[in-house]
Amino acid sequence: MIVTHKYFLKFPKCETETPIVYHLVKDYDLEVNIFRAKVTSEGEGYLVLDLKGKEVKIAEALKYVASFGVSIDTIDKGVIRDDSLCTHCGNCLSHCKPKALHLADPVTRRIAFDEKLCIACGRCIDNCPMKACSSLLE
Amino acid sequence: MKTYNQINEKISSGKAVVLTASEMKEYIEAHGVRKAAKDVDVVTTATFGPMCSSGCFLNFGHSKPKMRITACRLDGVPAYSGIAAVDCYLGATQLRDRDPANSNFPGKFDFGGGYVMEKLVRGEEIELTAYSYGTQDYPLRDLKTKFTIHDLNQAIMVNPRNCYQNYNVATNCSDKRLYTYMGQLEPKMGNLTYCSAGELSPLLNDPLYETIGVGSVVWLAGARGHVFSEGTQHCPTCERTDNDVPAEGAGTLALTADMKKMRPEFVRGCSFVGYGVSLALGIGIPIPVLNERIAKHLGVRDKDIRAQVIDYSTDYPLRTGNVLGTVTYEQLKSEVIEFKGKKITVSSMSSRYKALEICQLLKDDILKGDFLLSQPLAPLPKEQGMKQLTIRK
Ligand code: SF4
Ligand code: SF4
Repeated sequence: MIVTHKYFLKFPKCETETPIVYHLVKDYDLEVNIFRAKVTSEGEGYLVLDLKGKEVKIAEALKYVASFGVSIDTIDKGVIRDDSLCTHCGNCLSHCKPKALHLADPVTRRIAFDEKLCIACGRCIDNCPMKACSSLLE
Repeated sequence: MKTYNQINEKISSGKAVVLTASEMKEYIEAHGVRKAAKDVDVVTTATFGPMCSSGCFLNFGHSKPKMRITACRLDGVPAYSGIAAVDCYLGATQLRDRDPANSNFPGKFDFGGGYVMEKLVRGEEIELTAYSYGTQDYPLRDLKTKFTIHDLNQAIMVNPRNCYQNYNVATNCSDKRLYTYMGQLEPKMGNLTYCSAGELSPLLNDPLYETIGVGSVVWLAGARGHVFSEGTQHCPTCERTDNDVPAEGAGTLALTADMKKMRPEFVRGCSFVGYGVSLALGIGIPIPVLNERIAKHLGVRDKDIRAQVIDYSTDYPLRTGNVLGTVTYEQLKSEVIEFKGKKITVSSMSSRYKALEICQLLKDDILKGDFLLSQPLAPLPKEQGMKQLTIRK
């Protein structure tokens, strides 16, 4: 069965020389649609892409990608909060109605992001003074 | 009673008892003020939040041939050059020349002085463009180059107003959304925003400026700096509640430190849609526990600190002086607050998370013995009001 899934791949600092995306296409017979690619200030990279192909092939491909130490997340909403930019100020608290961005600990007032609750309303994106929130689909 | 010298000797010999502000409050609650005053030598206080009245003096060194810079841009952001040949002052809220600002309201405000300051501290490359009218001793008229903070002779942060003792809580009574430096305020009191570290904040722990004065040592974004003056709009004469806590803005500090020694995670460019750019800054101030009165002040809790709720749709911009009411920081931290018969969600502009981190970092520095305290050279004014600008025709 041919399916399409969206993935969020986070690459560790040590960059691999292997052209991973090329292998996904060639070795696993996948169609790859890249939405966003970025290297963070910490030297980590991330890639947001759609993989279209046979379900078994996608599973094998993900195993292959993971062997490079890449962390893989599925995304449905496309909104991320970059932890390295967030100062945990709490400005997002009154703007995120579904409480996807929420107070994780009342003592330290650390702000956590629960993607499952996010409805992609985008309010955090133009409210965050640190530009920590962004949409991967734009 | 302890003296600065005694405390510094203890710090140097690794014998000082240093607590963070939160630890001190717990200690006082457990053992009482008298014992806390006796046992504890230093308490570390901190704050992290946007502080618009910040900026830095930079000295580029001389080019060959020399240039008397008339105007310059750092990554496109103008820095004030009306001082000596290769000195300039970059302000945190300065925008690029052709920034669309609010011409397409609400403006995005992607970049500005605060961001250049963050890049500087990160050691990143910045483009310098400069113009001069040219003189016989300084013939060069145009210059374009790149530099990092390491290429500069000096990069000195000089902030005319930081560490507001207390601050307004903002809300919006109108029926359309407001875009302010206190964040976006939703219509019909849809939310409240505050900006203070509350019980961790330096000047709320020393409400009568008994230890923090001109010359006091501070931790400014990781660098050892000091208070060089009262801050602009320092207005200690105001209503105070129990334990001398001011119920409004009150005191401020002017701070300076070497940017080359700062840590980038505490010098952060920030932006407010529809308002502008600024700089979020982390500041820690050690308070010596010289006597019981100082210890008692250090016991202040969020529930004891009140802030004024101001309507930013009319009362704030029109300077009516009207206050909707007051709330405590404990209430503000409960996420949803009951105010005027309404349940309102609360946002903060100030990061308690970062302030706690700074309290701990400063405590570690003092425990290591390399962060000594300094006795103020002069006290901050304790009685002083604030003038307003009268527009004369
Ligand atoms: S507003 Fe931005 S920086 Fe502040 S807590 Fe939310 S995500 Fe983090
Ligand atoms: S997009 Fe909306 S729901 Fe999702 S985290 Fe941001 S504010 Fe919350």
